[in-house]
Amino acid sequence: MSLMIRTAAGRRSVGRTARGGHPVRRSLLDRILGNQPIGTAFVTPYLAFLAAIFAYPLGFAVYMSFHDYFFAAPGAIVERPFVGFENYTAVLADPAVRRAFGNVLVFLVINVPLTVVLSLLLANALNAAIRWRTFFRVSYYVPYVAASVAVVGVWLFLFNSNGLVNSVLGPLAPDPSWLVNTSLAMPTVAVYVTWKQLGFFILLYLAALQNVSKDLYEAASVDGAGRWKSFWNVTVPGVRPASTLVVLLATVTGANLFTEPYLLTGGGGPDGASASPVLVMYQRGIEQGNPDAGSAIGVLLVIGVLLLALVERRFVGREES
Amino acid sequence: MKLKFVGLLIGAFVFLFPFYYMLIGSLQAEPDPSVGGAFPSPGNLTGRNYGEIDAAINLGRSLLNSGIFTGGVILGTLVFGVLAGYALARLQFRGRGAVFGLMVLVQVIPFQLLTIPLYVLIVRSYGLADSYLGMIAPFAINSTAVFVFRQYFLQLPQELFDAARIDGANELNILWRVALPLVRPALLTGVLITFIGPWNEFLWPFLITKQHDLQPLAVSLSNYLTTVSARAANPFGAVLAGACVLAAPAVGLFAIFQRRFISQGIESGIKG
Repeated sequence: MSLMIRTAAGRRSVGRTARGGHPVRRSLLDRILGNQPIGTAFVTPYLAFLAAIFAYPLGFAVYMSFHDYFFAAPGAIVERPFVGFENYTAVLADPAVRRAFGNVLVFLVINVPLTVVLSLLLANALNAAIRWRTFFRVSYYVPYVAASVAVVGVWLFLFNSNGLVNSVLGPLAPDPSWLVNTSLAMPTVAVYVTWKQLGFFILLYLAALQNVSKDLYEAASVDGAGRWKSFWNVTVPGVRPASTLVVLLATVTGANLFTEPYLLTGGGGPDGASASPVLVMYQRGIEQGNPDAGSAIGVLLVIGVLLLALVERRFVGREES
Repeated sequence: MKLKFVGLLIGAFVFLFPFYYMLIGSLQAEPDPSVGGAFPSPGNLTGRNYGEIDAAINLGRSLLNSGIFTGGVILGTLVFGVLAGYALARLQFRGRGAVFGLMVLVQVIPFQLLTIPLYVLIVRSYGLADSYLGMIAPFAINSTAVFVFRQYFLQLPQELFDAARIDGANELNILWRVALPLVRPALLTGVLITFIGPWNEFLWPFLITKQHDLQPLAVSLSNYLTTVSARAANPFGAVLAGACVLAAPAVGLFAIFQRRFISQGIESGIKG
Protein backbone atom coordinates (compact mmCIF):
# COMPACT_ATOMS: atom_id res chain seq x y z
CA MET A 1 0.00 0.00 0.00
CA SER A 2 2.58 2.53 1.07
CA LEU A 3 4.81 1.37 -1.75
CA MET A 4 2.09 2.11 -4.28
CA ILE A 5 1.58 5.59 -2.91
CA ARG A 6 5.31 6.22 -2.94
CA THR A 7 5.49 5.22 -6.56
CA ALA A 8 2.56 7.42 -7.49
CA ALA A 9 4.07 10.39 -5.70
CA GLY A 10 7.54 9.92 -7.09
CA ARG A 11 6.88 8.82 -10.64
CA ARG A 12 6.55 12.18 -12.31
CA SER A 13 9.76 13.72 -11.04
CA VAL A 14 11.73 10.54 -11.70
CA GLY A 15 10.53 10.54 -15.29
CA ARG A 16 11.44 14.18 -15.69
CA THR A 17 14.97 13.74 -14.39
CA ALA A 18 15.57 10.91 -16.83
CA ARG A 19 14.29 12.97 -19.73
CA GLY A 20 16.21 16.05 -18.68
CA GLY A 21 19.28 13.85 -19.02
CA HIS A 22 21.49 15.29 -16.32
CA PRO A 23 21.70 12.64 -13.65
CA VAL A 24 23.41 14.64 -10.95
CA ARG A 25 25.95 12.53 -9.11
CA ARG A 26 24.17 11.88 -5.88
CA SER A 27 26.17 12.17 -2.70
CA LEU A 28 25.54 9.92 0.26
CA LEU A 29 23.79 12.76 2.08
CA ASP A 30 21.52 13.32 -0.90
CA ARG A 31 20.60 9.69 -0.98
CA ILE A 32 19.67 9.71 2.70
CA LEU A 33 17.81 13.01 2.84
CA GLY A 34 16.67 13.39 -0.77
CA ASN A 35 17.70 16.07 -3.29
CA GLN A 36 15.83 18.85 -1.53
CA PRO A 37 15.97 18.07 2.17
CA ILE A 38 14.35 21.45 2.82
CA GLY A 39 11.11 19.71 1.87
CA THR A 40 11.14 18.19 5.33
CA ALA A 41 11.01 21.68 6.81
CA PHE A 42 8.15 22.61 4.47
CA VAL A 43 5.96 19.72 5.59
CA THR A 44 6.87 19.93 9.28
CA PRO A 45 4.00 22.28 10.29
CA TYR A 46 1.52 20.06 8.46
CA LEU A 47 2.95 16.93 10.05
CA ALA A 48 2.87 18.53 13.51
CA PHE A 49 -0.77 19.42 12.85
CA LEU A 50 -1.63 15.85 11.82
CA ALA A 51 0.16 14.48 14.87
CA ALA A 52 -1.57 16.84 17.30
CA ILE A 53 -5.05 16.77 15.79
CA PHE A 54 -5.33 13.24 14.40
CA ALA A 55 -2.70 10.77 15.60
CA TYR A 56 -2.46 11.74 19.26
CA PRO A 57 -6.23 12.14 19.86
CA LEU A 58 -6.83 8.84 18.07
CA GLY A 59 -4.48 7.04 20.46
CA PHE A 60 -5.89 9.02 23.36
CA ALA A 61 -9.43 7.91 22.50
CA VAL A 62 -8.38 4.27 22.60
CA TYR A 63 -6.53 4.89 25.88
CA MET A 64 -9.56 6.54 27.50
CA SER A 65 -11.86 3.76 26.40
CA PHE A 66 -9.79 1.24 28.41
CA HIS A 67 -9.49 3.36 31.52
CA ASP A 68 -11.80 4.79 34.15
CA TYR A 69 -11.35 8.28 32.73
CA PHE A 70 -13.19 11.27 34.15
CA PHE A 71 -12.85 15.05 34.03
CA ALA A 72 -10.66 16.58 36.72
CA ALA A 73 -9.40 20.07 37.41
CA PRO A 74 -6.46 20.94 35.13
CA GLY A 75 -3.18 19.94 36.73
CA ALA A 76 -4.79 17.76 39.38
CA ILE A 77 -3.15 14.36 39.72
CA VAL A 78 -5.80 11.71 39.88
CA GLU A 79 -5.76 7.98 39.46
CA ARG A 80 -7.46 6.66 36.34
CA PRO A 81 -7.15 2.89 36.62
CA PHE A 82 -7.08 0.49 33.69
CA VAL A 83 -10.43 -1.25 33.49
CA GLY A 84 -10.07 -3.51 30.46
CA PHE A 85 -13.26 -3.86 28.46
CA GLU A 86 -15.50 -2.51 31.22
CA ASN A 87 -16.44 0.65 29.29
CA TYR A 88 -17.22 -1.44 26.23
CA THR A 89 -19.46 -3.91 28.08
CA ALA A 90 -21.19 -0.97 29.79
CA VAL A 91 -22.00 0.89 26.56
CA LEU A 92 -22.98 -2.29 24.74
CA ALA A 93 -25.46 -3.08 27.52
CA ASP A 94 -26.90 0.45 27.29
CA PRO A 95 -30.22 0.27 25.40
CA ALA A 96 -29.84 3.87 24.16
CA VAL A 97 -26.49 3.00 22.53
CA ARG A 98 -27.87 -0.14 20.92
CA ARG A 99 -30.82 1.78 19.63
CA ALA A 100 -28.53 4.46 18.19
CA PHE A 101 -26.49 1.86 16.30
CA GLY A 102 -29.72 0.29 15.02
CA ASN A 103 -30.91 3.73 13.94
CA VAL A 104 -27.77 4.46 11.98
CA LEU A 105 -28.17 1.13 10.16
CA VAL A 106 -31.71 2.14 9.15
CA PHE A 107 -30.24 5.45 8.04
CA LEU A 108 -27.54 3.82 5.91
CA VAL A 109 -29.92 1.28 4.34
CA ILE A 110 -32.00 4.21 3.06
CA ASN A 111 -29.31 6.81 2.47
CA VAL A 112 -26.56 4.85 0.67
CA PRO A 113 -28.59 3.16 -2.12
CA LEU A 114 -30.67 6.31 -2.63
CA THR A 115 -27.50 8.39 -2.92
CA VAL A 116 -25.86 6.05 -5.43
CA VAL A 117 -28.93 5.71 -7.66
CA LEU A 118 -30.02 9.36 -7.66
CA SER A 119 -26.57 10.88 -8.05
CA LEU A 120 -25.67 8.53 -10.92
CA LEU A 121 -28.95 9.17 -12.73
CA LEU A 122 -28.70 12.93 -12.32
CA ALA A 123 -25.01 13.02 -13.25
CA ASN A 124 -25.76 10.96 -16.35
CA ALA A 125 -28.54 13.34 -17.36
CA LEU A 126 -26.28 16.34 -16.69
CA ASN A 127 -23.50 14.84 -18.77
CA ALA A 128 -25.59 15.02 -21.93
CA ALA A 129 -25.59 18.15 -24.07
CA ILE A 130 -28.54 19.81 -22.47
CA ARG A 131 -29.88 23.34 -22.07
CA TRP A 132 -29.24 25.23 -18.82
CA ARG A 133 -26.46 22.86 -17.80
CA THR A 134 -24.69 25.39 -15.57
CA PHE A 135 -27.94 26.32 -13.90
CA PHE A 136 -28.66 22.68 -13.07
CA ARG A 137 -25.20 22.02 -11.74
CA VAL A 138 -25.32 25.05 -9.50
CA SER A 139 -28.77 24.23 -8.19
CA TYR A 140 -27.80 20.66 -7.27
CA TYR A 141 -24.73 21.87 -5.44
CA VAL A 142 -26.43 24.61 -3.41
CA PRO A 143 -27.67 22.39 -0.54
CA TYR A 144 -24.19 20.93 -0.18
CA VAL A 145 -22.50 24.31 0.35
CA ALA A 146 -25.20 25.75 2.61
CA ALA A 147 -24.81 25.33 6.36
CA SER A 148 -26.77 22.42 7.80
CA VAL A 149 -27.99 24.58 10.67
CA ALA A 150 -29.54 27.02 8.19
CA VAL A 151 -31.13 24.36 6.02
CA VAL A 152 -32.50 22.49 9.04
CA GLY A 153 -34.46 25.65 9.88
CA VAL A 154 -36.40 25.55 6.64
CA TRP A 155 -36.95 21.77 6.78
CA LEU A 156 -38.48 22.18 10.23
CA PHE A 157 -40.84 24.71 8.71
CA LEU A 158 -41.64 22.45 5.72
CA PHE A 159 -42.14 19.19 7.65
CA ASN A 160 -43.94 20.66 10.63
CA SER A 161 -47.30 19.07 11.60
CA ASN A 162 -49.07 21.92 9.81
CA GLY A 163 -46.19 22.76 7.47
CA LEU A 164 -46.28 23.10 3.71
CA VAL A 165 -45.57 19.43 2.95
CA ASN A 166 -48.51 18.30 5.03
CA SER A 167 -50.82 20.93 3.59
CA VAL A 168 -49.92 19.74 0.08
CA LEU A 169 -50.47 16.11 1.08
CA GLY A 170 -53.78 16.95 2.78
CA PRO A 171 -55.40 13.76 4.06
CA LEU A 172 -52.29 11.73 3.09
CA ALA A 173 -50.17 13.52 5.69
CA PRO A 174 -48.77 11.10 8.28
CA ASP A 175 -50.00 11.37 11.83
CA PRO A 176 -48.03 12.02 13.98
CA SER A 177 -46.09 14.19 11.55
CA TRP A 178 -42.76 13.27 9.93
CA LEU A 179 -40.22 14.37 12.49
CA VAL A 180 -42.20 13.41 15.58
CA ASN A 181 -43.27 10.01 14.25
CA THR A 182 -41.30 7.12 15.76
CA SER A 183 -41.13 5.13 12.54
CA LEU A 184 -40.73 8.09 10.14
CA ALA A 185 -38.22 10.29 11.99
CA MET A 186 -35.10 8.35 10.99
CA PRO A 187 -36.17 7.85 7.33
CA THR A 188 -36.95 11.58 7.11
CA VAL A 189 -33.49 12.41 8.45
CA ALA A 190 -31.99 9.94 5.94
CA VAL A 191 -33.84 11.59 3.04
CA TYR A 192 -32.77 15.01 4.30
CA VAL A 193 -29.08 14.03 4.37
CA THR A 194 -29.34 12.36 0.93
CA TRP A 195 -30.78 15.59 -0.48
CA LYS A 196 -28.13 17.71 1.24
CA GLN A 197 -25.11 15.67 0.11
CA LEU A 198 -26.30 14.68 -3.35
CA GLY A 199 -24.62 17.58 -5.18
CA PHE A 200 -21.19 16.47 -4.02
CA PHE A 201 -21.73 12.90 -5.23
CA ILE A 202 -23.14 14.13 -8.55
CA LEU A 203 -19.83 15.94 -9.09
CA LEU A 204 -17.89 12.75 -8.33
CA TYR A 205 -19.95 10.83 -10.87
CA LEU A 206 -19.68 13.63 -13.44
CA ALA A 207 -15.89 13.39 -13.22
CA ALA A 208 -16.03 9.60 -13.51
CA LEU A 209 -18.33 9.78 -16.55
CA GLN A 210 -15.63 11.71 -18.46
CA ASN A 211 -13.48 8.57 -18.29
CA VAL A 212 -16.03 6.24 -19.83
CA SER A 213 -14.89 5.67 -23.41
CA LYS A 214 -17.17 7.05 -26.11
CA ASP A 215 -16.31 4.03 -28.28
CA LEU A 216 -18.12 1.74 -25.88
CA TYR A 217 -21.34 3.72 -26.34
CA GLU A 218 -20.90 3.57 -30.11
CA ALA A 219 -20.28 -0.16 -29.99
CA ALA A 220 -23.37 -0.60 -27.84
CA SER A 221 -25.51 1.39 -30.24
CA VAL A 222 -24.14 -0.59 -33.22
CA ASP A 223 -25.20 -3.70 -31.34
CA GLY A 224 -28.67 -2.19 -31.20
CA ALA A 225 -28.69 -1.35 -27.50
CA GLY A 226 -31.25 1.27 -26.52
CA ARG A 227 -30.56 4.16 -24.19
CA TRP A 228 -31.51 2.20 -21.10
CA LYS A 229 -29.46 -0.84 -22.11
CA SER A 230 -26.34 1.18 -22.83
CA PHE A 231 -26.76 2.98 -19.49
CA TRP A 232 -26.97 -0.36 -17.72
CA ASN A 233 -24.23 -2.16 -19.69
CA VAL A 234 -21.76 0.66 -20.38
CA THR A 235 -22.26 3.50 -17.89
CA VAL A 236 -22.86 1.49 -14.73
CA PRO A 237 -19.80 -0.78 -15.13
CA GLY A 238 -17.75 2.16 -16.40
CA VAL A 239 -18.19 4.18 -13.23
CA ARG A 240 -17.86 1.27 -10.80
CA PRO A 241 -14.69 2.63 -9.13
CA ALA A 242 -16.56 5.88 -8.50
CA SER A 243 -19.49 3.91 -7.11
CA THR A 244 -17.19 2.21 -4.63
CA LEU A 245 -15.96 5.64 -3.53
CA VAL A 246 -19.48 7.05 -3.30
CA VAL A 247 -20.68 4.11 -1.20
CA LEU A 248 -17.67 4.43 1.10
CA LEU A 249 -17.93 8.21 1.54
CA ALA A 250 -21.70 8.08 2.05
CA THR A 251 -21.20 5.44 4.74
CA VAL A 252 -18.54 7.47 6.56
CA THR A 253 -20.65 10.65 6.36
CA GLY A 254 -23.73 8.78 7.54
CA ALA A 255 -21.89 7.26 10.50
CA ASN A 256 -20.87 10.78 11.52
CA LEU A 257 -24.47 11.96 11.72
CA PHE A 258 -24.91 14.54 14.49
CA THR A 259 -26.27 17.96 13.53
CA GLU A 260 -29.44 16.61 11.90
CA PRO A 261 -30.77 14.48 14.79
CA TYR A 262 -29.64 17.14 17.25
CA LEU A 263 -31.58 19.95 15.59
CA LEU A 264 -34.08 18.42 13.16
CA THR A 265 -35.61 15.97 15.64
CA GLY A 266 -34.77 17.87 18.82
CA GLY A 267 -31.99 15.67 20.17
CA GLY A 268 -32.71 12.30 18.58
CA GLY A 269 -36.43 12.28 19.26
CA PRO A 270 -39.09 11.12 19.41
CA ASP A 271 -37.98 9.00 22.34
CA GLY A 272 -34.55 8.15 20.91
CA ALA A 273 -36.00 6.98 17.57
CA SER A 274 -33.57 9.12 15.59
CA ALA A 275 -30.59 9.24 17.99
CA SER A 276 -27.30 8.58 16.21
CA PRO A 277 -24.17 7.04 17.79
CA VAL A 278 -22.34 10.38 17.63
CA LEU A 279 -25.26 12.08 19.38
CA VAL A 280 -25.23 9.45 22.17
CA MET A 281 -21.44 9.73 22.28
CA TYR A 282 -21.82 13.47 22.87
CA GLN A 283 -24.51 12.96 25.51
CA ARG A 284 -22.56 10.31 27.43
CA GLY A 285 -19.11 11.75 26.92
CA ILE A 286 -19.59 15.46 27.42
CA GLU A 287 -23.09 16.25 28.74
CA GLN A 288 -22.94 13.50 31.36
CA GLY A 289 -19.19 13.72 31.87
CA ASN A 290 -18.13 10.15 30.96
CA PRO A 291 -15.46 10.62 28.28
CA ASP A 292 -14.37 7.00 28.74
CA ALA A 293 -17.81 5.71 27.76
CA GLY A 294 -18.00 8.27 24.95
CA SER A 295 -14.65 7.13 23.57
CA ALA A 296 -15.73 3.50 23.72
CA ILE A 297 -18.79 4.39 21.61
CA GLY A 298 -16.49 6.21 19.16
CA VAL A 299 -14.12 3.26 18.83
CA LEU A 300 -17.04 0.87 18.33
CA LEU A 301 -18.44 3.20 15.66
CA VAL A 302 -15.17 3.26 13.74
CA ILE A 303 -14.82 -0.53 13.92
CA GLY A 304 -18.39 -0.80 12.68
CA VAL A 305 -17.72 1.55 9.78
CA LEU A 306 -14.56 -0.33 8.82
CA LEU A 307 -16.39 -3.67 8.82
CA LEU A 308 -19.23 -2.19 6.81
CA ALA A 309 -16.77 -0.68 4.33
CA LEU A 310 -15.13 -4.09 3.83
CA VAL A 311 -18.50 -5.74 3.22
CA GLU A 312 -19.50 -2.98 0.80
CA ARG A 313 -16.24 -3.23 -1.10
CA ARG A 314 -16.67 -6.94 -1.50
CA PHE A 315 -20.26 -6.46 -2.54
CA VAL A 316 -19.61 -3.73 -5.10
CA GLY A 317 -16.35 -5.35 -6.25
CA ARG A 318 -17.81 -8.79 -6.91
CA GLU A 319 -19.98 -7.62 -9.75
CA GLU A 320 -16.85 -6.34 -11.40
CA SER A 321 -15.49 -9.75 -12.33
CA MET B 1 -33.65 14.35 -24.40
CA LYS B 2 -36.94 15.96 -23.42
CA LEU B 3 -37.39 13.43 -20.64
CA LYS B 4 -33.93 14.14 -19.28
CA PHE B 5 -34.57 17.86 -19.32
CA VAL B 6 -37.87 17.53 -17.49
CA GLY B 7 -36.28 15.21 -14.95
CA LEU B 8 -33.48 17.69 -14.34
CA LEU B 9 -35.99 20.49 -14.02
CA ILE B 10 -37.97 18.61 -11.37
CA GLY B 11 -34.70 17.86 -9.60
CA ALA B 12 -33.66 21.50 -9.65
CA PHE B 13 -37.02 22.47 -8.18
CA VAL B 14 -36.60 19.98 -5.33
CA PHE B 15 -33.10 21.28 -4.65
CA LEU B 16 -33.84 24.99 -4.87
CA PHE B 17 -37.33 25.27 -3.47
CA PRO B 18 -36.32 25.04 0.22
CA PHE B 19 -33.95 27.98 -0.32
CA TYR B 20 -36.65 30.02 -2.02
CA TYR B 21 -38.98 29.11 0.83
CA MET B 22 -36.32 30.12 3.35
CA LEU B 23 -36.20 33.59 1.82
CA ILE B 24 -39.98 33.96 1.57
CA GLY B 25 -40.46 32.68 5.13
CA SER B 26 -37.92 35.13 6.46
CA LEU B 27 -39.90 38.01 4.99
CA GLN B 28 -43.35 36.99 6.21
CA ALA B 29 -44.92 38.92 9.05
CA GLU B 30 -47.15 35.96 9.88
CA PRO B 31 -45.98 32.42 9.10
CA ASP B 32 -48.22 31.02 6.39
CA PRO B 33 -47.68 27.27 5.96
CA SER B 34 -50.48 26.89 3.38
CA VAL B 35 -49.68 26.44 -0.31
CA GLY B 36 -50.52 30.10 -0.89
CA GLY B 37 -47.81 31.04 1.58
CA ALA B 38 -45.20 29.89 -0.90
CA PHE B 39 -45.99 32.96 -3.02
CA PRO B 40 -45.09 36.39 -1.79
CA SER B 41 -48.11 38.45 -0.85
CA PRO B 42 -47.41 42.18 -0.52
CA GLY B 43 -49.53 42.56 2.59
CA ASN B 44 -47.54 39.95 4.52
CA LEU B 45 -43.99 41.16 3.82
CA THR B 46 -41.75 42.61 6.47
CA GLY B 47 -38.10 42.99 7.42
CA ARG B 48 -38.93 42.66 11.10
CA ASN B 49 -37.71 39.07 11.41
CA TYR B 50 -34.18 40.19 10.68
CA GLY B 51 -34.45 42.76 13.46
CA GLU B 52 -35.80 40.13 15.80
CA ILE B 53 -33.03 37.60 15.20
CA ASP B 54 -30.46 40.39 15.46
CA ALA B 55 -31.86 41.43 18.85
CA ALA B 56 -31.83 37.82 20.06
CA ILE B 57 -28.37 36.62 18.97
CA ASN B 58 -26.49 39.75 17.81
CA LEU B 59 -26.00 38.94 14.15
CA GLY B 60 -23.03 41.26 13.71
CA ARG B 61 -21.04 39.72 16.53
CA SER B 62 -21.91 36.16 15.42
CA LEU B 63 -20.91 36.94 11.85
CA LEU B 64 -17.65 38.41 13.09
CA ASN B 65 -16.96 35.23 15.09
CA SER B 66 -17.75 33.05 12.08
CA GLY B 67 -15.47 35.29 10.03
CA ILE B 68 -12.55 35.05 12.45
CA PHE B 69 -12.96 31.27 12.78
CA THR B 70 -13.14 30.81 9.01
CA GLY B 71 -10.41 33.36 8.32
CA GLY B 72 -8.03 31.68 10.74
CA VAL B 73 -8.56 28.32 9.07
CA ILE B 74 -8.07 29.80 5.60
CA LEU B 75 -4.90 31.58 6.70
CA GLY B 76 -3.45 28.40 8.25
CA THR B 77 -4.34 26.42 5.13
CA LEU B 78 -2.87 28.98 2.76
CA VAL B 79 0.43 29.31 4.64
CA PHE B 80 1.15 25.79 5.84
CA GLY B 81 -0.99 23.94 3.31
CA VAL B 82 0.72 25.58 0.34
CA LEU B 83 4.15 24.80 1.83
CA ALA B 84 3.18 21.15 2.32
CA GLY B 85 1.51 20.88 -1.09
CA TYR B 86 4.57 22.36 -2.80
CA ALA B 87 6.97 20.06 -0.97
CA LEU B 88 4.83 17.02 -1.79
CA ALA B 89 4.70 17.92 -5.47
CA ARG B 90 8.11 19.42 -6.21
CA LEU B 91 10.72 18.54 -3.60
CA GLN B 92 12.44 15.22 -3.12
CA PHE B 93 13.03 14.53 0.51
CA ARG B 94 13.00 11.53 2.76
CA GLY B 95 9.55 10.43 3.84
CA ARG B 96 7.63 12.22 1.12
CA GLY B 97 5.64 9.11 0.25
CA ALA B 98 4.76 8.56 3.89
CA VAL B 99 3.49 12.14 4.28
CA PHE B 100 1.41 11.74 1.13
CA GLY B 101 -0.04 8.49 2.48
CA LEU B 102 -0.93 10.18 5.76
CA MET B 103 -2.66 12.99 3.94
CA VAL B 104 -4.87 10.50 2.10
CA LEU B 105 -5.53 8.48 5.26
CA VAL B 106 -6.64 11.55 7.20
CA GLN B 107 -9.46 12.13 4.72
CA VAL B 108 -11.22 8.94 5.78
CA ILE B 109 -10.84 9.30 9.55
CA PRO B 110 -14.22 10.40 10.86
CA PHE B 111 -13.65 13.67 12.69
CA GLN B 112 -16.44 12.89 15.11
CA LEU B 113 -14.44 10.06 16.67
CA LEU B 114 -11.85 12.65 17.62
CA THR B 115 -14.28 15.08 19.23
CA ILE B 116 -14.16 13.53 22.71
CA PRO B 117 -10.35 13.31 22.98
CA LEU B 118 -9.94 16.72 21.32
CA TYR B 119 -12.47 18.18 23.73
CA VAL B 120 -10.55 16.71 26.69
CA LEU B 121 -7.23 17.97 25.33
CA ILE B 122 -8.19 21.41 24.09
CA VAL B 123 -10.78 22.35 26.70
CA ARG B 124 -9.57 20.53 29.78
CA SER B 125 -5.80 20.24 29.35
CA TYR B 126 -4.94 23.40 27.42
CA GLY B 127 -7.79 25.56 28.73
CA LEU B 128 -8.69 26.83 25.26
CA ALA B 129 -12.47 26.77 25.74
CA ASP B 130 -14.17 29.97 24.60
CA SER B 131 -11.23 31.07 22.48
CA TYR B 132 -10.71 31.51 18.76
CA LEU B 133 -7.52 29.48 18.94
CA GLY B 134 -9.36 26.47 20.37
CA MET B 135 -12.00 26.83 17.69
CA ILE B 136 -9.50 27.02 14.83
CA ALA B 137 -6.93 24.43 15.98
CA PRO B 138 -8.64 21.20 14.83
CA PHE B 139 -9.26 22.65 11.35
CA ALA B 140 -6.09 24.72 10.97
CA ILE B 141 -4.85 22.98 7.80
CA ASN B 142 -7.42 21.55 5.41
CA SER B 143 -6.05 18.30 3.97
CA THR B 144 -8.28 18.41 0.91
CA ALA B 145 -6.82 21.82 0.08
CA VAL B 146 -3.27 20.46 0.54
CA PHE B 147 -4.17 17.75 -1.95
CA VAL B 148 -5.51 20.33 -4.43
CA PHE B 149 -2.38 22.49 -4.08
CA ARG B 150 -0.21 19.43 -4.72
CA GLN B 151 -2.17 18.56 -7.87
CA TYR B 152 -1.71 22.04 -9.29
CA PHE B 153 2.00 22.25 -8.44
CA LEU B 154 2.52 18.85 -10.12
CA GLN B 155 1.25 20.23 -13.40
CA LEU B 156 3.87 22.95 -13.72
CA PRO B 157 6.71 22.10 -16.12
CA GLN B 158 9.87 20.80 -14.45
CA GLU B 159 12.09 23.01 -16.67
CA LEU B 160 10.85 26.05 -14.78
CA PHE B 161 12.16 24.67 -11.51
CA ASP B 162 15.42 23.43 -13.02
CA ALA B 163 16.09 26.89 -14.44
CA ALA B 164 15.35 28.64 -11.18
CA ARG B 165 17.56 26.22 -9.26
CA ILE B 166 20.43 26.69 -11.69
CA ASP B 167 20.06 30.44 -11.15
CA GLY B 168 20.64 29.68 -7.51
CA ALA B 169 17.23 30.64 -6.15
CA ASN B 170 16.36 28.98 -2.87
CA GLU B 171 13.25 26.85 -2.62
CA LEU B 172 11.24 29.41 -0.68
CA ASN B 173 12.00 31.98 -3.37
CA ILE B 174 11.09 29.57 -6.14
CA LEU B 175 7.79 28.84 -4.44
CA TRP B 176 7.02 32.52 -3.86
CA ARG B 177 8.21 34.02 -7.15
CA VAL B 178 7.91 31.21 -9.68
CA ALA B 179 5.36 28.63 -8.61
CA LEU B 180 2.73 30.61 -6.68
CA PRO B 181 1.99 33.19 -9.40
CA LEU B 182 1.28 30.29 -11.76
CA VAL B 183 -1.17 28.52 -9.51
CA ARG B 184 -3.45 31.41 -8.52
CA PRO B 185 -6.54 29.41 -9.57
CA ALA B 186 -5.44 26.70 -7.13
CA LEU B 187 -5.33 29.21 -4.31
CA LEU B 188 -8.86 30.34 -5.09
CA THR B 189 -10.12 26.74 -5.27
CA GLY B 190 -8.32 25.95 -2.02
CA VAL B 191 -9.86 28.96 -0.28
CA LEU B 192 -13.36 28.05 -1.48
CA ILE B 193 -13.06 24.41 -0.41
CA THR B 194 -11.69 25.50 2.94
CA PHE B 195 -14.30 28.21 3.44
CA ILE B 196 -17.37 25.97 3.57
CA GLY B 197 -15.85 23.74 6.28
CA PRO B 198 -15.51 26.12 9.24
CA TRP B 199 -18.27 28.46 8.07
CA ASN B 200 -20.80 25.63 8.24
CA GLU B 201 -19.21 23.66 11.08
CA PHE B 202 -21.52 23.14 14.01
CA LEU B 203 -20.42 20.38 16.40
CA TRP B 204 -16.94 21.61 17.33
CA PRO B 205 -17.62 25.32 18.00
CA PHE B 206 -20.82 24.25 19.72
CA LEU B 207 -18.79 22.09 22.12
CA ILE B 208 -16.15 24.60 23.04
CA THR B 209 -17.99 27.95 23.14
CA LYS B 210 -20.31 28.54 26.03
CA GLN B 211 -19.84 32.33 26.01
CA HIS B 212 -22.48 33.84 23.74
CA ASP B 213 -20.30 36.64 22.40
CA LEU B 214 -17.77 34.15 21.03
CA GLN B 215 -20.17 31.83 19.24
CA PRO B 216 -20.12 31.63 15.44
CA LEU B 217 -23.45 32.17 13.70
CA ALA B 218 -24.13 28.44 13.16
CA VAL B 219 -23.93 27.88 16.93
CA SER B 220 -25.86 30.94 18.07
CA LEU B 221 -28.58 30.26 15.50
CA SER B 222 -28.95 26.67 16.66
CA ASN B 223 -29.16 27.86 20.28
CA TYR B 224 -31.92 30.18 19.23
CA LEU B 225 -33.60 27.30 17.39
CA THR B 226 -33.52 24.93 20.36
CA THR B 227 -34.21 27.29 23.26
CA VAL B 228 -35.23 30.89 22.67
CA SER B 229 -37.45 30.50 19.62
CA ALA B 230 -40.39 29.13 21.62
CA ARG B 231 -40.90 32.55 23.20
CA ALA B 232 -40.63 34.68 20.05
CA ALA B 233 -43.59 36.24 18.27
CA ASN B 234 -42.81 34.68 14.88
CA PRO B 235 -40.16 32.05 15.68
CA PHE B 236 -39.99 30.58 12.18
CA GLY B 237 -39.63 33.97 10.57
CA ALA B 238 -36.72 34.83 12.87
CA VAL B 239 -35.03 31.42 12.43
CA LEU B 240 -35.37 31.63 8.66
CA ALA B 241 -33.99 35.18 8.68
CA GLY B 242 -30.94 33.90 10.58
CA ALA B 243 -30.73 30.94 8.21
CA CYS B 244 -30.64 33.28 5.21
CA VAL B 245 -27.79 35.27 6.76
CA LEU B 246 -25.87 32.08 7.53
CA ALA B 247 -26.41 30.45 4.13
CA ALA B 248 -25.95 33.54 1.96
CA PRO B 249 -22.13 33.92 2.04
CA ALA B 250 -21.41 30.28 1.16
CA VAL B 251 -24.10 30.07 -1.51
CA GLY B 252 -23.10 33.47 -2.90
CA LEU B 253 -19.40 32.63 -3.11
CA PHE B 254 -20.22 29.32 -4.70
CA ALA B 255 -22.54 30.86 -7.27
CA ILE B 256 -19.94 33.47 -8.25
CA PHE B 257 -17.04 31.04 -8.46
CA GLN B 258 -18.96 27.96 -9.53
CA ARG B 259 -16.46 27.17 -12.29
CA ARG B 260 -13.78 26.61 -9.65
CA PHE B 261 -15.89 23.87 -8.09
CA ILE B 262 -17.48 22.41 -11.13
CA SER B 263 -14.86 22.34 -13.89
CA GLN B 264 -14.51 18.71 -14.83
CA GLY B 265 -12.15 17.51 -12.20
CA ILE B 266 -9.34 19.56 -10.80
CA GLU B 267 -6.99 18.87 -13.69
CA SER B 268 -8.87 20.87 -16.28
CA GLY B 269 -8.90 23.90 -13.99
CA ILE B 270 -5.41 24.88 -15.03
CA LYS B 271 -4.17 25.33 -18.55
CA GLY B 272 -0.58 26.47 -18.67
